[in-house]
Amino acid sequence: MTMPYYVAPEQVMKDRAEYAQKGIARGRSLVAITYADGIVIVADNPSRSLHKISEIYDRIAFAGVGKYNEFDQLRVSGIRHADTKGYAYSREDVEARSLANLYAQYLGQVFTHEMKPLEVEILVAELGNGLRPPQLYHIAYEGTITDEDRFAVLGGETEGIVAKLDEGWSATWSLTEALRSAVGALAGPDRTLAAGDLEVAVLAEGNGRRAFRRLVDDELVAVLA
Amino acid sequence: MSLPLFTTTEDPGPDFAGLIRRLRMPTHPLIASSPAAPPESFRHGTTVVALRYADGVVMAGDRRATEGHAIAHRAMEKVFPADRYSAVAIAGAAGPAIEMVRLFQTQLEHYEKVEGVVLSLEGKANQLGQMVREHLPMAMQGLAVVPLFAGFDLARRTGRIFTYDVTGGHYEETEYNATGSGGRDARTTVKLGFRDGLDRDAAVELAIQSLYEAADEDSATGGPDLIRGIYPLVATVTAEGFAAVPEDEVAERFASLIERRRTEGRQP
Repeated sequence: MTMPYYVAPEQVMKDRAEYAQKGIARGRSLVAITYADGIVIVADNPSRSLHKISEIYDRIAFAGVGKYNEFDQLRVSGIRHADTKGYAYSREDVEARSLANLYAQYLGQVFTHEMKPLEVEILVAELGNGLRPPQLYHIAYEGTITDEDRFAVLGGETEGIVAKLDEGWSATWSLTEALRSAVGALAGPDRTLAAGDLEVAVLAEGNGRRAFRRLVDDELVAVLA
Repeated sequence: MSLPLFTTTEDPGPDFAGLIRRLRMPTHPLIASSPAAPPESFRHGTTVVALRYADGVVMAGDRRATEGHAIAHRAMEKVFPADRYSAVAIAGAAGPAIEMVRLFQTQLEHYEKVEGVVLSLEGKANQLGQMVREHLPMAMQGLAVVPLFAGFDLARRTGRIFTYDVTGGHYEETEYNATGSGGRDARTTVKLGFRDGLDRDAAVELAIQSLYEAADEDSATGGPDLIRGIYPLVATVTAEGFAAVPEDEVAERFASLIERRRTEGRQP
Protein backbone atom coordinates (compact mmCIF):
# COMPACT_ATOMS: atom_id res chain seq x y z
CA MET A 1 0.00 0.00 0.00
CA THR A 2 1.31 3.42 -0.88
CA MET A 3 1.18 6.16 1.69
CA PRO A 4 -0.95 9.14 0.68
CA TYR A 5 0.91 12.40 0.48
CA TYR A 6 0.40 14.77 3.37
CA VAL A 7 -1.64 17.78 2.40
CA ALA A 8 -2.02 20.63 4.87
CA PRO A 9 -5.65 21.25 5.92
CA GLU A 10 -5.31 24.88 4.89
CA GLN A 11 -4.47 23.72 1.40
CA VAL A 12 -7.42 21.29 1.30
CA MET A 13 -9.87 24.01 2.28
CA LYS A 14 -8.35 26.46 -0.12
CA ASP A 15 -8.59 24.02 -2.98
CA ARG A 16 -12.17 23.19 -2.20
CA ALA A 17 -13.15 26.83 -1.92
CA GLU A 18 -11.48 27.58 -5.21
CA TYR A 19 -13.25 24.68 -6.85
CA ALA A 20 -16.66 25.80 -5.58
CA GLN A 21 -16.06 29.43 -6.48
CA LYS A 22 -15.10 28.50 -10.01
CA GLY A 23 -18.26 26.45 -10.41
CA ILE A 24 -20.43 29.26 -9.13
CA ALA A 25 -18.70 31.92 -11.21
CA ARG A 26 -19.55 30.03 -14.39
CA GLY A 27 -23.26 30.76 -13.88
CA ARG A 28 -25.10 34.03 -14.00
CA SER A 29 -25.98 36.24 -11.07
CA LEU A 30 -29.18 36.81 -9.17
CA VAL A 31 -30.49 39.75 -7.17
CA ALA A 32 -33.10 40.03 -4.42
CA ILE A 33 -34.30 43.44 -3.27
CA THR A 34 -36.72 44.45 -0.54
CA TYR A 35 -39.04 47.22 -1.64
CA ALA A 36 -42.03 49.02 -0.14
CA ASP A 37 -44.53 46.14 -0.44
CA GLY A 38 -42.34 43.07 -0.44
CA ILE A 39 -39.33 41.40 -1.94
CA VAL A 40 -38.53 41.05 -5.62
CA ILE A 41 -36.08 38.41 -6.87
CA VAL A 42 -34.57 38.73 -10.32
CA ALA A 43 -32.42 36.13 -12.04
CA ASP A 44 -30.52 36.39 -15.28
CA ASN A 45 -32.11 33.17 -16.58
CA PRO A 46 -33.58 32.73 -20.05
CA SER A 47 -35.09 29.30 -19.25
CA ARG A 48 -38.85 29.16 -18.76
CA SER A 49 -38.88 25.80 -17.01
CA LEU A 50 -35.61 25.36 -15.14
CA HIS A 51 -36.24 27.84 -12.39
CA LYS A 52 -33.70 29.45 -10.13
CA ILE A 53 -36.38 31.06 -7.99
CA SER A 54 -39.20 29.16 -6.35
CA GLU A 55 -41.75 29.06 -3.61
CA ILE A 56 -40.97 27.34 -0.32
CA TYR A 57 -43.90 28.32 1.85
CA ASP A 58 -46.58 30.95 2.36
CA ARG A 59 -44.12 33.82 2.90
CA ILE A 60 -40.81 32.18 2.04
CA ALA A 61 -39.02 31.95 -1.29
CA PHE A 62 -35.85 30.20 -2.39
CA ALA A 63 -33.28 31.17 -4.99
CA GLY A 64 -30.08 29.50 -6.03
CA VAL A 65 -27.16 29.99 -8.37
CA GLY A 66 -24.48 27.56 -9.43
CA LYS A 67 -25.03 23.94 -10.29
CA TYR A 68 -28.71 23.36 -11.02
CA ASN A 69 -29.07 19.79 -9.74
CA GLU A 70 -27.40 20.72 -6.47
CA PHE A 71 -29.47 23.76 -5.61
CA ASP A 72 -32.62 22.08 -6.85
CA GLN A 73 -32.08 19.28 -4.34
CA LEU A 74 -31.73 21.93 -1.64
CA ARG A 75 -34.90 23.64 -2.86
CA VAL A 76 -36.93 20.43 -2.61
CA SER A 77 -35.60 19.62 0.84
CA GLY A 78 -36.54 23.15 1.92
CA ILE A 79 -40.11 22.62 0.73
CA ARG A 80 -40.18 19.32 2.59
CA HIS A 81 -38.88 20.89 5.75
CA ALA A 82 -41.40 23.74 5.60
CA ASP A 83 -44.39 21.57 4.71
CA THR A 84 -43.69 18.98 7.39
CA LYS A 85 -43.14 21.69 9.99
CA GLY A 86 -46.33 23.50 9.05
CA TYR A 87 -48.20 20.22 9.11
CA ALA A 88 -46.82 19.13 12.48
CA TYR A 89 -47.19 22.52 14.19
CA SER A 90 -48.98 25.36 12.44
CA ARG A 91 -48.50 27.41 9.31
CA GLU A 92 -47.36 30.46 11.27
CA ASP A 93 -44.57 28.49 12.95
CA VAL A 94 -42.72 28.06 9.69
CA GLU A 95 -40.02 30.70 9.43
CA ALA A 96 -37.05 31.31 7.23
CA ARG A 97 -34.40 31.59 9.93
CA SER A 98 -34.49 27.97 10.99
CA LEU A 99 -34.50 26.83 7.39
CA ALA A 100 -31.55 29.08 6.56
CA ASN A 101 -29.67 27.62 9.52
CA LEU A 102 -30.34 24.09 8.34
CA TYR A 103 -29.07 24.96 4.89
CA ALA A 104 -25.97 26.55 6.38
CA GLN A 105 -25.26 23.50 8.52
CA TYR A 106 -25.69 21.17 5.60
CA LEU A 107 -23.49 23.19 3.27
CA GLY A 108 -20.85 23.52 5.97
CA GLN A 109 -20.95 19.81 6.63
CA VAL A 110 -20.53 18.93 2.97
CA PHE A 111 -17.75 21.47 2.57
CA THR A 112 -15.63 20.06 5.40
CA HIS A 113 -16.43 16.34 5.17
CA GLU A 114 -17.14 15.44 1.58
CA MET A 115 -14.81 15.11 -1.34
CA LYS A 116 -16.54 17.74 -3.36
CA PRO A 117 -18.17 20.89 -2.00
CA LEU A 118 -21.54 21.97 -3.38
CA GLU A 119 -21.11 24.54 -6.13
CA VAL A 120 -24.03 26.66 -5.07
CA GLU A 121 -24.96 29.85 -3.37
CA ILE A 122 -28.50 30.13 -2.11
CA LEU A 123 -30.94 32.66 -0.79
CA VAL A 124 -33.86 32.23 1.57
CA ALA A 125 -36.15 35.26 1.50
CA GLU A 126 -38.97 35.88 3.92
CA LEU A 127 -41.65 38.50 3.65
CA GLY A 128 -42.10 40.40 6.89
CA ASN A 129 -45.19 40.43 9.04
CA GLY A 130 -46.21 42.13 12.26
CA LEU A 131 -43.73 40.06 14.24
CA ARG A 132 -40.79 39.82 11.87
CA PRO A 133 -39.22 42.27 9.40
CA PRO A 134 -38.51 41.10 5.84
CA GLN A 135 -35.28 39.16 5.76
CA LEU A 136 -32.87 37.88 3.15
CA TYR A 137 -30.57 35.03 4.20
CA HIS A 138 -27.64 34.57 1.90
CA ILE A 139 -25.85 31.24 2.33
CA ALA A 140 -22.54 30.56 0.61
CA TYR A 141 -21.12 27.25 -0.60
CA GLU A 142 -19.16 26.65 2.62
CA GLY A 143 -22.10 27.41 4.91
CA THR A 144 -21.42 31.03 5.73
CA ILE A 145 -24.71 32.70 6.41
CA THR A 146 -25.35 36.42 6.22
CA ASP A 147 -28.63 38.24 6.68
CA GLU A 148 -29.52 41.32 4.73
CA ASP A 149 -32.50 43.57 5.05
CA ARG A 150 -31.93 45.66 1.93
CA PHE A 151 -30.73 43.48 -0.92
CA ALA A 152 -28.67 40.39 -1.65
CA VAL A 153 -26.59 39.48 -4.68
CA LEU A 154 -25.69 35.89 -5.51
CA GLY A 155 -23.22 34.65 -8.07
CA GLY A 156 -19.61 34.87 -9.12
CA GLU A 157 -18.97 38.50 -9.92
CA THR A 158 -21.03 40.53 -7.55
CA GLU A 159 -18.96 43.61 -6.67
CA GLY A 160 -20.24 45.74 -9.53
CA ILE A 161 -23.86 44.79 -8.87
CA VAL A 162 -23.56 45.40 -5.13
CA ALA A 163 -21.94 48.80 -5.71
CA LYS A 164 -24.66 49.81 -8.11
CA LEU A 165 -27.51 48.80 -5.82
CA ASP A 166 -25.78 50.28 -2.80
CA GLU A 167 -25.85 53.77 -4.19
CA GLY A 168 -29.49 53.70 -5.28
CA TRP A 169 -31.39 51.51 -2.83
CA SER A 170 -34.30 53.02 -0.98
CA ALA A 171 -36.84 51.43 1.38
CA THR A 172 -39.63 53.27 -0.40
CA TRP A 173 -38.94 51.82 -3.83
CA SER A 174 -41.98 50.61 -5.72
CA LEU A 175 -41.92 47.25 -7.50
CA THR A 176 -41.17 48.97 -10.80
CA GLU A 177 -38.25 50.95 -9.37
CA ALA A 178 -36.80 47.93 -7.57
CA LEU A 179 -37.17 45.71 -10.62
CA ARG A 180 -35.61 48.21 -13.01
CA SER A 181 -32.68 48.80 -10.68
CA ALA A 182 -32.17 45.06 -10.34
CA VAL A 183 -32.20 44.55 -14.09
CA GLY A 184 -29.88 47.51 -14.66
CA ALA A 185 -27.43 46.20 -12.06
CA LEU A 186 -27.52 42.64 -13.40
CA ALA A 187 -26.99 43.77 -16.99
CA GLY A 188 -23.94 45.85 -16.17
CA PRO A 189 -22.66 48.59 -18.43
CA ASP A 190 -22.28 46.51 -21.60
CA ARG A 191 -25.46 44.49 -21.83
CA THR A 192 -29.20 45.02 -21.82
CA LEU A 193 -31.59 42.40 -20.49
CA ALA A 194 -35.06 42.03 -21.96
CA ALA A 195 -38.06 40.34 -20.34
CA GLY A 196 -37.23 37.09 -22.13
CA ASP A 197 -33.79 36.90 -20.47
CA LEU A 198 -35.17 37.18 -16.97
CA GLU A 199 -36.82 35.12 -14.34
CA VAL A 200 -38.68 37.33 -11.89
CA ALA A 201 -40.78 36.55 -8.83
CA VAL A 202 -42.11 38.56 -5.92
CA LEU A 203 -43.10 37.87 -2.35
CA ALA A 204 -45.74 40.49 -1.70
CA GLU A 205 -48.89 41.20 0.23
CA GLY A 206 -52.11 40.98 -1.71
CA ASN A 207 -51.45 37.57 -3.25
CA GLY A 208 -53.50 35.79 -0.60
CA ARG A 209 -52.04 33.29 1.85
CA ARG A 210 -49.31 32.31 -0.58
CA ALA A 211 -47.33 35.49 -1.11
CA PHE A 212 -45.12 34.06 -3.85
CA ARG A 213 -45.93 35.03 -7.41
CA ARG A 214 -44.02 34.85 -10.67
CA LEU A 215 -44.01 37.82 -13.00
CA VAL A 216 -44.16 36.50 -16.53
CA ASP A 217 -44.88 37.51 -20.10
CA ASP A 218 -46.97 40.62 -20.58
CA GLU A 219 -46.93 41.65 -16.97
CA LEU A 220 -43.13 41.60 -16.84
CA VAL A 221 -42.83 43.39 -20.17
CA ALA A 222 -45.22 46.06 -18.90
CA VAL A 223 -43.25 46.65 -15.70
CA LEU A 224 -39.95 46.84 -17.54
CA ALA A 225 -41.22 49.08 -20.35
CA MET B 1 -35.88 18.87 12.71
CA SER B 2 -33.13 18.30 10.22
CA LEU B 3 -33.06 18.98 6.52
CA PRO B 4 -35.03 16.13 4.90
CA LEU B 5 -32.59 14.74 2.34
CA PHE B 6 -32.89 11.36 0.67
CA THR B 7 -30.80 9.27 -1.64
CA THR B 8 -32.13 9.16 -5.18
CA THR B 9 -33.53 5.65 -4.72
CA GLU B 10 -35.43 6.53 -1.55
CA ASP B 11 -36.70 9.92 -2.57
CA PRO B 12 -40.46 10.24 -1.98
CA GLY B 13 -40.77 12.70 -4.86
CA PRO B 14 -43.69 15.10 -4.65
CA ASP B 15 -45.71 12.79 -2.37
CA PHE B 16 -46.19 14.46 1.00
CA ALA B 17 -47.96 11.51 2.62
CA GLY B 18 -45.05 9.31 1.57
CA LEU B 19 -42.63 11.88 2.97
CA ILE B 20 -44.12 11.97 6.46
CA ARG B 21 -44.30 8.20 6.50
CA ARG B 22 -40.62 8.06 5.64
CA LEU B 23 -39.76 10.66 8.26
CA ARG B 24 -41.73 8.67 10.85
CA MET B 25 -43.54 11.73 12.00
CA PRO B 26 -45.88 11.51 15.01
CA THR B 27 -48.52 9.09 13.89
CA HIS B 28 -51.61 10.16 12.25
CA PRO B 29 -55.02 8.46 12.15
CA LEU B 30 -54.58 7.71 8.46
CA ILE B 31 -51.33 5.94 9.01
CA ALA B 32 -51.61 4.55 12.52
CA SER B 33 -52.81 1.02 12.98
CA SER B 34 -56.46 0.95 13.99
CA PRO B 35 -57.54 0.83 17.62
CA ALA B 36 -58.71 -2.54 18.86
CA ALA B 37 -62.21 -1.37 19.68
CA PRO B 38 -64.19 1.56 18.33
CA PRO B 39 -64.16 4.56 20.66
CA GLU B 40 -67.35 5.06 22.62
CA SER B 41 -68.10 8.52 21.39
CA PHE B 42 -66.65 10.73 18.75
CA ARG B 43 -67.78 13.67 16.75
CA HIS B 44 -69.72 13.18 13.60
CA GLY B 45 -70.11 15.62 10.75
CA THR B 46 -73.25 15.43 8.73
CA THR B 47 -74.63 16.76 5.45
CA VAL B 48 -72.67 18.12 2.50
CA VAL B 49 -73.86 18.72 -1.05
CA ALA B 50 -72.30 19.64 -4.40
CA LEU B 51 -73.87 20.51 -7.74
CA ARG B 52 -72.66 21.68 -11.12
CA TYR B 53 -73.74 24.89 -12.73
CA ALA B 54 -72.84 26.96 -15.77
CA ASP B 55 -69.54 28.41 -14.40
CA GLY B 56 -68.37 25.51 -12.25
CA VAL B 57 -69.58 23.90 -9.05
CA VAL B 58 -71.33 24.92 -5.85
CA MET B 59 -70.53 23.11 -2.64
CA ALA B 60 -72.31 23.51 0.68
CA GLY B 61 -72.35 21.92 4.10
CA ASP B 62 -74.30 22.36 7.32
CA ARG B 63 -72.47 23.30 10.51
CA ARG B 64 -73.54 20.70 13.03
CA ALA B 65 -71.38 18.00 14.57
CA THR B 66 -73.00 15.37 16.72
CA GLU B 67 -71.68 13.01 19.35
CA GLY B 68 -74.22 10.26 19.74
CA HIS B 69 -77.51 12.06 20.17
CA ALA B 70 -75.96 15.24 21.50
CA ILE B 71 -74.91 18.26 19.51
CA ALA B 72 -71.13 18.47 19.85
CA HIS B 73 -70.44 21.58 17.80
CA ARG B 74 -72.68 24.18 16.23
CA ALA B 75 -70.26 25.94 13.94
CA MET B 76 -68.12 23.21 12.44
CA GLU B 77 -66.71 23.82 9.00
CA LYS B 78 -67.09 20.99 6.52
CA VAL B 79 -66.34 22.71 3.23
CA PHE B 80 -62.68 23.50 2.59
CA PRO B 81 -60.64 24.75 -0.32
CA ALA B 82 -58.41 21.83 -1.34
CA ASP B 83 -56.33 24.15 -3.48
CA ARG B 84 -57.05 27.13 -5.70
CA TYR B 85 -59.33 25.26 -8.12
CA SER B 86 -60.92 22.59 -6.00
CA ALA B 87 -62.89 22.09 -2.83
CA VAL B 88 -63.43 19.18 -0.50
CA ALA B 89 -66.35 18.61 1.84
CA ILE B 90 -66.51 15.98 4.53
CA ALA B 91 -69.07 13.84 6.27
CA GLY B 92 -68.45 11.15 8.85
CA ALA B 93 -66.11 10.93 11.83
CA ALA B 94 -65.04 14.54 12.27
CA GLY B 95 -61.58 14.02 13.78
CA PRO B 96 -60.10 11.81 11.06
CA ALA B 97 -62.03 13.71 8.38
CA ILE B 98 -60.46 17.04 9.29
CA GLU B 99 -57.03 15.43 9.50
CA MET B 100 -57.62 13.92 6.08
CA VAL B 101 -58.48 17.33 4.66
CA ARG B 102 -55.33 18.85 6.17
CA LEU B 103 -53.19 16.10 4.70
CA PHE B 104 -54.94 16.41 1.35
CA GLN B 105 -54.45 20.18 1.21
CA THR B 106 -50.78 19.84 2.07
CA GLN B 107 -50.41 17.01 -0.42
CA LEU B 108 -51.72 19.14 -3.29
CA GLU B 109 -49.67 22.20 -2.40
CA HIS B 110 -46.57 20.10 -1.83
CA TYR B 111 -46.91 18.51 -5.25
CA GLU B 112 -47.38 21.89 -6.86
CA LYS B 113 -44.29 23.38 -5.22
CA VAL B 114 -41.97 20.43 -5.74
CA GLU B 115 -43.01 19.75 -9.32
CA GLY B 116 -43.68 23.32 -10.35
CA VAL B 117 -47.01 22.35 -11.93
CA VAL B 118 -50.50 21.79 -10.57
CA LEU B 119 -51.99 18.28 -10.52
CA SER B 120 -54.85 17.62 -12.91
CA LEU B 121 -58.31 17.50 -11.35
CA GLU B 122 -58.46 13.78 -12.03
CA GLY B 123 -55.09 13.39 -10.29
CA LYS B 124 -56.36 15.24 -7.24
CA ALA B 125 -59.48 13.06 -7.11
CA ASN B 126 -57.31 9.94 -7.26
CA GLN B 127 -55.10 11.19 -4.46
CA LEU B 128 -58.10 11.70 -2.21
CA GLY B 129 -59.33 8.23 -3.14
CA GLN B 130 -56.03 6.75 -1.94
CA MET B 131 -56.36 8.56 1.36
CA VAL B 132 -59.89 7.27 1.88
CA ARG B 133 -58.71 3.77 1.00
CA GLU B 134 -55.90 3.89 3.55
CA HIS B 135 -58.50 4.86 6.07
CA LEU B 136 -60.53 1.70 5.46
CA PRO B 137 -59.41 -0.21 8.59
CA MET B 138 -60.74 2.61 10.73
CA ALA B 139 -63.90 2.82 8.65
CA MET B 140 -64.49 -0.87 9.39
CA GLN B 141 -64.53 0.03 13.05
CA GLY B 142 -67.10 2.72 12.69
CA LEU B 143 -64.90 5.74 11.97
CA ALA B 144 -65.86 6.17 8.34
CA VAL B 145 -64.91 9.31 6.43
CA VAL B 146 -66.79 10.03 3.24
CA PRO B 147 -65.60 13.11 1.39
CA LEU B 148 -67.08 14.90 -1.55
CA PHE B 149 -64.63 16.45 -3.98
CA ALA B 150 -65.38 19.07 -6.60
CA GLY B 151 -63.35 21.41 -8.69
CA PHE B 152 -62.92 23.30 -11.88
CA ASP B 153 -61.10 21.32 -14.55
CA LEU B 154 -58.84 23.86 -16.25
CA ALA B 155 -58.18 21.56 -19.19
CA ARG B 156 -61.82 20.75 -19.89
CA ARG B 157 -63.11 24.15 -18.79
CA THR B 158 -65.90 22.68 -16.71
CA GLY B 159 -66.83 21.91 -13.11
CA ARG B 160 -66.58 18.27 -12.01
CA ILE B 161 -67.78 16.41 -8.94
CA PHE B 162 -66.43 13.18 -7.42
CA THR B 163 -68.03 11.09 -4.70
CA TYR B 164 -66.34 8.42 -2.61
CA ASP B 165 -67.28 5.38 -0.63
CA VAL B 166 -65.44 4.06 2.42
CA THR B 167 -63.34 1.70 0.30
CA GLY B 168 -61.77 4.64 -1.51
CA GLY B 169 -63.71 3.95 -4.67
CA HIS B 170 -64.52 7.21 -6.38
CA TYR B 171 -67.11 7.96 -8.95
CA GLU B 172 -67.60 10.99 -11.08
CA GLU B 173 -71.04 12.57 -10.87
CA THR B 174 -72.45 14.24 -13.93
CA GLU B 175 -74.72 16.68 -12.13
CA TYR B 176 -74.88 16.68 -8.34
CA ASN B 177 -74.59 14.62 -5.22
CA ALA B 178 -74.79 14.82 -1.45
CA THR B 179 -73.40 12.71 1.35
CA GLY B 180 -73.75 12.37 5.11
CA SER B 181 -76.74 11.56 7.29
CA GLY B 182 -79.01 14.11 5.60
CA GLY B 183 -77.55 13.41 2.19
CA ARG B 184 -80.58 11.61 0.92
CA ASP B 185 -82.92 14.50 1.62
CA ALA B 186 -80.47 17.01 0.23
CA ARG B 187 -80.01 14.95 -2.90
CA THR B 188 -83.75 14.65 -3.52
CA THR B 189 -84.17 18.41 -3.16
CA VAL B 190 -81.38 19.12 -5.64
CA LYS B 191 -82.82 16.51 -7.99
CA LEU B 192 -86.20 18.25 -8.09
CA GLY B 193 -84.73 21.65 -8.86
CA PHE B 194 -81.75 20.74 -11.03
CA ARG B 195 -81.47 21.76 -14.65
CA ASP B 196 -78.47 21.86 -16.94
CA GLY B 197 -76.58 25.14 -17.00
CA LEU B 198 -78.05 26.80 -13.91
CA ASP B 199 -76.64 30.25 -13.18
CA ARG B 200 -74.83 31.04 -9.95
CA ASP B 201 -77.87 32.49 -8.21
CA ALA B 202 -80.05 29.50 -8.95
CA ALA B 203 -77.31 27.01 -8.04
CA VAL B 204 -76.53 28.66 -4.68
CA GLU B 205 -80.25 28.89 -3.96
CA LEU B 206 -80.72 25.21 -4.72
CA ALA B 207 -77.80 24.21 -2.46
CA ILE B 208 -79.29 26.27 0.35
CA GLN B 209 -82.73 24.78 -0.15
CA SER B 210 -81.32 21.27 -0.10
CA LEU B 211 -79.60 21.84 3.24
CA TYR B 212 -82.75 23.41 4.59
CA GLU B 213 -84.77 20.32 3.68
CA ALA B 214 -82.09 17.99 5.01
CA ALA B 215 -82.08 19.82 8.35
CA ASP B 216 -85.85 19.59 8.45
CA GLU B 217 -85.82 15.81 8.12
CA ASP B 218 -82.55 14.73 9.70
CA SER B 219 -81.83 15.39 13.37
CA ALA B 220 -78.07 15.38 12.87
CA THR B 221 -78.13 18.11 10.23
CA GLY B 222 -78.10 21.68 11.46
CA GLY B 223 -80.38 24.21 9.82
CA PRO B 224 -79.80 27.96 9.77
CA ASP B 225 -79.25 29.01 13.38
CA LEU B 226 -81.07 32.33 13.38
CA ILE B 227 -80.52 32.92 17.10
CA ARG B 228 -76.74 32.56 17.02
CA GLY B 229 -76.35 33.74 13.44
CA ILE B 230 -74.67 30.52 12.26
CA TYR B 231 -75.38 29.56 8.67
CA PRO B 232 -74.27 26.71 6.44
CA LEU B 233 -71.08 27.26 4.47
CA VAL B 234 -71.46 27.67 0.74
CA ALA B 235 -68.62 27.99 -1.75
CA THR B 236 -68.19 28.10 -5.51
CA VAL B 237 -65.29 26.88 -7.63
CA THR B 238 -65.02 28.43 -11.08
CA ALA B 239 -62.35 29.40 -13.58
CA GLU B 240 -61.48 32.20 -11.12
CA GLY B 241 -60.89 29.65 -8.36
CA PHE B 242 -62.41 28.85 -5.00
CA ALA B 243 -64.65 31.53 -3.48
CA ALA B 244 -66.73 31.33 -0.33
CA VAL B 245 -70.22 32.76 -0.71
CA PRO B 246 -70.35 35.67 1.77
CA GLU B 247 -72.14 34.86 5.02
CA ASP B 248 -74.48 37.85 4.57
CA GLU B 249 -75.65 36.50 1.26
CA VAL B 250 -76.28 33.05 2.74
CA ALA B 251 -78.18 34.59 5.69
CA GLU B 252 -80.29 36.67 3.33
CA ARG B 253 -81.15 33.69 1.17
CA PHE B 254 -82.26 31.69 4.18
CA ALA B 255 -84.35 34.60 5.44
CA SER B 256 -86.09 35.01 2.10
CA LEU B 257 -86.59 31.25 1.80
CA ILE B 258 -88.37 31.18 5.14
CA GLU B 259 -90.35 34.31 4.31
CA ARG B 260 -91.43 32.89 0.95
CA ARG B 261 -92.66 29.68 2.52
CA ARG B 262 -94.63 31.62 5.09
CA THR B 263 -96.38 33.85 2.57
CA GLU B 264 -97.11 30.89 0.31
CA GLY B 265 -98.80 29.18 3.23
CA ARG B 266 -96.51 26.16 3.04
CA GLN B 267 -94.97 24.40 5.98
CA PRO B 268 -91.58 25.97 6.61
